[in-house]
Amino acid sequence: MSQEIELPELGSVGLIRYSWRQLTSMRTALILLLLLGLAAIPGSIIPQRTQNPMKVSDYFKNSPDLSKWMDKFSLFDVYGSPWFSAIYILLFISLIGCVLPRTFEHFHAARALPPLTPKNLDRLEHYSTWEVNGNELAQARVWFKSKRFRVVEKDGAISAEKGYTRETGNLLFHLALILILLGISFSSLFGMRGETILNVGERFVNTPTSYDSLQYGKLFKEGKLKTFAITVDKFDAKYNVETNAPEDYTLKVSFAQDDLTKSTEKIIKVNSPLTIGNTKVYLQANGYSPIVTVRDSKGNVALQGPIPFLPQDANLRSIGAIKVPDADPQIGFVGSFVPTYARSNGNGAISVFPEALDPRLLLSAWIGDLGLDSGVPQSVYRIDTSKMKTVGLKSLKPGEIFTYPQGSITFEGYQQWVNLQIVDDPGKNFALLGGIVAILGLLASLFTRRRRIWIRVGDSVEVAGLAKNAAPGLEIEMAEFVKMLKGEK
Amino acid sequence: MSRNWAFLSNYFIYSAMAVYTLSFFAHAVETAWAVRITTEDSQQKLDYKRTEKVARIATAMMILGFIFLVVGVIARGISAGRVPWGNMYEFSITGAMAFCGAYLAALRKYDLRWLGLLVSIAVLLTLGTAVAVLYRPSAPLVPALKSTWLIIHVSAAIISGGVFLLANTVAAAYLYLDSMEAKGERTAWAKRLPSLEVLDQLSYRLVAFVFPLWTFAVIAGAIWAESAWGRYWGWDPKETWAFITWVAYAAYLHARVTVGWRGRKAAWLCLFAGSTFLFNYVYVNIWGTGKHTYSGL
Repeated sequence: MSQEIELPELGSVGLIRYSWRQLTSMRTALILLLLLGLAAIPGSIIPQRTQNPMKVSDYFKNSPDLSKWMDKFSLFDVYGSPWFSAIYILLFISLIGCVLPRTFEHFHAARALPPLTPKNLDRLEHYSTWEVNGNELAQARVWFKSKRFRVVEKDGAISAEKGYTRETGNLLFHLALILILLGISFSSLFGMRGETILNVGERFVNTPTSYDSLQYGKLFKEGKLKTFAITVDKFDAKYNVETNAPEDYTLKVSFAQDDLTKSTEKIIKVNSPLTIGNTKVYLQANGYSPIVTVRDSKGNVALQGPIPFLPQDANLRSIGAIKVPDADPQIGFVGSFVPTYARSNGNGAISVFPEALDPRLLLSAWIGDLGLDSGVPQSVYRIDTSKMKTVGLKSLKPGEIFTYPQGSITFEGYQQWVNLQIVDDPGKNFALLGGIVAILGLLASLFTRRRRIWIRVGDSVEVAGLAKNAAPGLEIEMAEFVKMLKGEK
Repeated sequence: MSRNWAFLSNYFIYSAMAVYTLSFFAHAVETAWAVRITTEDSQQKLDYKRTEKVARIATAMMILGFIFLVVGVIARGISAGRVPWGNMYEFSITGAMAFCGAYLAALRKYDLRWLGLLVSIAVLLTLGTAVAVLYRPSAPLVPALKSTWLIIHVSAAIISGGVFLLANTVAAAYLYLDSMEAKGERTAWAKRLPSLEVLDQLSYRLVAFVFPLWTFAVIAGAIWAESAWGRYWGWDPKETWAFITWVAYAAYLHARVTVGWRGRKAAWLCLFAGSTFLFNYVYVNIWGTGKHTYSGL
């Protein structure tokens, strides 16, 4: 015979209540916390789009199949991925579900009086008793007051409690974490962040089209871009002659605001950005732009000007691409710029110092289809030479000309470029405030002890104490208390 | 002038290594021969007096080594005209100093002399690697490091690291003694070491003491990153691992205070959290990419 087992009906309300209780339980919070730590790991090992897009595209080139799969799991955007977001959102819901009720509870408890003195003090810790020999109760009252205990007195007994700050700190710490998260979300909704590469001498006007890359928050309004212009006047880089390491970067700019008529001199350094209200302009990177003139076979100028090259090592050996799409057939130069030239066995031309003491421009010329019309975005520093053929190689000193059948290129000299990052981050002050409150809350919660002390004076004096969470130090305090009551010094 | 200071610094670091080697041997002698077991009336008696002198020498050497390290670190700073936290060699010698300092500070309050053997080995290994592999001539800072935050952020991180590692050493000792007790009773030399409860409490207290400082180090780093790199948090590998360490220790504190973990489970979690810190220091500095890697380590 089969017997049906009757399970109690949970119902949808019951189910929701059950899930809510599970989610806000300490065990779940702990698991989510550890999961968050684990989930952060892959992003520190696999290259991320937000930090190193070049490396990500290399990854795709080297193992396309694996990369496609990895991309499906957002492994190149770990910190913006659905699964990472899911963990921290659940964690914060769990945190709110835990902290808010406790805040109300604490708010009530903080105004309530400590519980009355228990009947049998001798069953408690730190118990001691002696004959009455003075006015111990009054002395205790004064002592408690001077130590700022909360007290309740009834029938010749005082119950005193101290250390509510512990829970206050604990709650403040967790509320501050929520504030930090709010600050971060506020920034990502209302902020903007853009980058631009400028050669020395060039002018930047703060409009969306001036940027090389620009990201808005979802709720950022384009009209909110502040009106200002920056002209790069001078860039100084100082290097250590022994270690070749950079010692100082100083960028001098002319800065104009509002109607862009009056400009003032400003200096931007790595650790001191230019601040315009909530917007900051940072000096992020720098490098060399070789200045070239490309002519066709008839001698007409097809391209002229500085072309930013991308530094590859500490001595600023830089690579870049010079593309002349208007030539027929199209011409491209794969280039490498070395500021202080030397030859090394095996590696060809290298740079031995980051300052331009003996600059060279090494070029290989290619003709054919640059592939710019294919619609696939291309790096400005690289050329896809799959549909091109090489027509020559040359190493140039400043002023020298490289002539090939379809025309010529002149290496006129070089200019420096700087990469400016322009950021509007309206939420960061909330995050900072959250950070400060979090530390204060943490200090209060880790270094305050919550404890109760009781005294009853009847035929004899009885005292006892109780420390919450078995916090240390109550013995010493009790000893001091007893000593004071007995009038010992 | 600055060269002389750099040489002076090197001499003091070498001398510190020599002194720590002596301290290591003295601790080793003490560990090996500390107990004399005598049998009186078929009762075993344990006598720890024999190596009292050697033990005192070991601690004295530890203090002397610490002083040499302090002088070495300061001289290094003077030679470069800045705080000596510009590359991994300098982090290592300062880190060794912080670790040893944390041990000596804890020694004043707790009977931790038995831990000296582990501490002297760890300090010797750190200094040895620093001198042999990581050494770089004293040089000025790269522009990104030129900030007051260098002093605030890095000192907080180094002190936290020193205390975290001490907590780890205590947790490791806990696990070792715990497995010894599980098999039977402690061997004679281990009998005078603190009880498991004391070790358990000690590693917790070290973590609870330094966790706010670590939080501060991370936040100070964020403030600095905002002024140097244009964002206060960017999931740079070093930031990510600092965050993982923070999360791991936060989990440890919750597990202890709220869930009531004690003993073996807590010790393992403590070791795990500490190893994320070490991983951050070694892996991200040497093999990692990101904004925290400066030229020449």
